[in-house]
Amino acid sequence: MSKKSLRQDLSAYLFLAPALIILFLFSFWPVGLGAVLAFTRVDIFNLAQSEWVGLDNFRTLFEDPVFIGSIKNTLLYLLVVPVIQIAALALAVLVNAQLPAMKLFRTAFFVPVVTSVSVVGIMWGWMYNEDGMLNQVLLWLRLVDAPVGWLSDERIALFSVMFVTFWRGLGYYMVLYIAGLQAVPQEVEEAAILDGANRWQRFWRITVPMLKPTLLLCTLLSTLAAMKAFEEVVVMTGGGPIGSTYTLAFYAYDMGFRAFDFSRALAASLVVSLIGFVLAWVNFRFFRPDHR
Amino acid sequence: MHFVKRLLLSLAPRYGLLAVVALFTTFPFLWTLATSLGDSGNIYAFPPQLWPENPTFAHMQEARRAIPLDRFFWNSVWISGWTVAGTLLISALAGYALAIMRFRGSKWVFAAVLATLILPSELNFIVNFITVTQLKLTNTHTGVVLPLLANAFGIFLLKQAFEEIPAEVLDAARIDGATEWQLFLRVALPLAMPALAALGIFTLVATWNTYIWPAVVLQNPDEYPLAVGVLYLSGTFAAKTRVVAAGTVLTILPVLLLFLMAQRYFMRGLDGAVK
Repeated sequence: MSKKSLRQDLSAYLFLAPALIILFLFSFWPVGLGAVLAFTRVDIFNLAQSEWVGLDNFRTLFEDPVFIGSIKNTLLYLLVVPVIQIAALALAVLVNAQLPAMKLFRTAFFVPVVTSVSVVGIMWGWMYNEDGMLNQVLLWLRLVDAPVGWLSDERIALFSVMFVTFWRGLGYYMVLYIAGLQAVPQEVEEAAILDGANRWQRFWRITVPMLKPTLLLCTLLSTLAAMKAFEEVVVMTGGGPIGSTYTLAFYAYDMGFRAFDFSRALAASLVVSLIGFVLAWVNFRFFRPDHR
Repeated sequence: MHFVKRLLLSLAPRYGLLAVVALFTTFPFLWTLATSLGDSGNIYAFPPQLWPENPTFAHMQEARRAIPLDRFFWNSVWISGWTVAGTLLISALAGYALAIMRFRGSKWVFAAVLATLILPSELNFIVNFITVTQLKLTNTHTGVVLPLLANAFGIFLLKQAFEEIPAEVLDAARIDGATEWQLFLRVALPLAMPALAALGIFTLVATWNTYIWPAVVLQNPDEYPLAVGVLYLSGTFAAKTRVVAAGTVLTILPVLLLFLMAQRYFMRGLDGAVK
């Protein structure tokens, strides 16, 4: 009997081996090793040669005004979260009706989600160009009297990048909200109609409370995403002008793969990681799969 | 008649609003397409000419001639193909073990898989590059693909799909003398086809669009996938907007078509991610 169960165990672990090996190598190992290497002067070609320097990397990090600026920009970036959530929920409500052409609209809203960030960066580069569409429309509406430097003005560039994040994410959260809306039982809605509740009351008293799990999930997902945002920066501004679009994650990327200062890059990502971890942990507490 | 009129009037604002948002989400694509097909003139003309007067494919041909777009395309196919195949296989095996097989430590294994979801993964990026360097896999497609194969989402999605298979079906096959492997291949996998399709398409779209990781691992432009190659194109031809637009259109077209055809499965994958 025990021989049989041993064989059972063995075959189960054979099934699991590829997944566990890769998860270990590319998820667990980097987190552990990265946390250690952040305290060393890293030699990426010979890790054994990495020299322990304690908090030095963090000290240089916090003395770097660009890093401090990245913290501010990352916090500012979180402004995307409420805007995108409200817009996505509103869209989901509008598009969730049994009316003609709704599928077409959903598809149109979702297309930015399945586009690579490099293409997004190129296309928005044109939209934001000095002669680009955005300036043309604003000039035509007489809302501005001179073209705006969407990506070249250091006071505006970060917001331009955030706007693209909004554009990319809208459809994604809309789909999640549609899934949530479809889980609201029809009978409850009908009962409320019989009780004479108007559309607005139904939305606030029934839909929103029933959507609470989805609302929390989406808000936390987008908070995490905003926390780690950097791809848009890579393809649109490269951190410029004058370092005004550095986010924390972009700082780590930039230090690693442009300045080749892996020690500082690791220290910076440890800082992002810790903040991300706290947010993810909260996320996980709320949405443990066996909780539903 | 009055009723119809009132209905239309009440729906007009909704459709109007949706149309404005749809224009907002699709305008950059439409503009890029129009620019790539237009033959000459000021590209920034206002109002934009979304129907070019003399549409031409000349810019597409120029983009393909000047930059190895075909090569980038095959690199993308290769990278995405292996990632999809590997992810499906690895997730199916693990999902099957977790859903169907009884073994010691199963709770721990599942917890470990889920833990990867909350691990602070920002560090992965840099250390994974170091790992790939040490495995001597930089500048190879294997180096790009390998870390992408591991994800809790895929394992979780398939575990759930396998759990929905009725126990009687599996028991019947067991009584007929099927081994665990046969059970997996002949019974479980075919029954999980919808979930496999969802995960496959989801992974394909995600991999096709990955930009940062391949850009970090690959130094030789010959190995670039489209998502990386297209920026290379825009760097080289910054002044030739129509050629860059043409290259951009050629880059998005395959995945856009795939998405339009397989939308249903794609959305299901997203649904599975939430539940």
